[in-house]
Amino acid sequence: MIARVYVGLKPGVLDPQGRTIASSLNDLGFEEVQDATQGKVIELKLANGERDLVKARVKEMCEKLLANTVIESYRIELDETEE
Amino acid sequence: MQTAVIVFPASNCDRDAAVALETHTGKAPHMIWHKDTSIPDDVRFVVVPGGFSYGDYLRSGAIAAQSPVIKDLKQKAEAGLPVLGICNGFQILTEAGMLPGALMRNAGQKFVCKISRLRLANAQTRFTKLYDAKHEIDIPVAHHDGNYFADDDTLRRIEGSGQVVFRYVDNPNGSRGDIAGIINQAGNVLGMMPHPERAIDPLHGGTDGSNIFKSILGSL
Repeated sequence: MIARVYVGLKPGVLDPQGRTIASSLNDLGFEEVQDATQGKVIELKLANGERDLVKARVKEMCEKLLANTVIESYRIELDETEE
Repeated sequence: MQTAVIVFPASNCDRDAAVALETHTGKAPHMIWHKDTSIPDDVRFVVVPGGFSYGDYLRSGAIAAQSPVIKDLKQKAEAGLPVLGICNGFQILTEAGMLPGALMRNAGQKFVCKISRLRLANAQTRFTKLYDAKHEIDIPVAHHDGNYFADDDTLRRIEGSGQVVFRYVDNPNGSRGDIAGIINQAGNVLGMMPHPERAIDPLHGGTDGSNIFKSILGSL
């Protein structure tokens, strides 16, 4: 099973990288871009297991290491079609 | 007096920290590898040095904060052992939950490497009591992720309890409240982005960092 963890800055936390990306896109002529946020995706290959248990374990990984919850929030997606 | 420096893969200020400690104590510190599970009992003061532990992978300091030795450091700090985290060491201490807040990418996106002028926000701590509170000091900074962030409640709390120790006169990184260094509530764990170990010898261009070492070592 594959777990995808999306980690990004919490709303309200200034994202200088996102802001730079947005202004660079504006400079390239993409005036419709109003804001950008940058985060990361961490893909975990996991042993198959019961969905709720797997999700609880991945949540624990996020809290302990993958995200710094002082500044970041995270979202977990499980994909059982992939081995 | 016995002191110690913790060494991680890609620490790069560990030897500067060792020189600073030996200069002020007359005795070489223990260099403790991050895989060690305990800090020797004779150690009275620990420096978590600057550098790029684990290549800053995931987040600066995040992987180092999970090291075996940090578990013991945390316990000993809770029991009162004084700890100074410098630059990456500060990042590690926040990631380990030993200090509040987090250090984010500099607001200007650039690595900043220069002399920073600091104000003493609290000259009553065990680390700063030899400074004149009215005096500004010059200490070098060299970092990419030094932008201190804490949420409003945390900021109010640490400001209210004198936990902000150093502020930038000219904020180089976007830190909230111009914060350059903070101390824990118990007053024995200090984290700061500027490098006091790089300002202890006239050949460094200044010795304003020296009083941090003298203050804490003198308190022991």
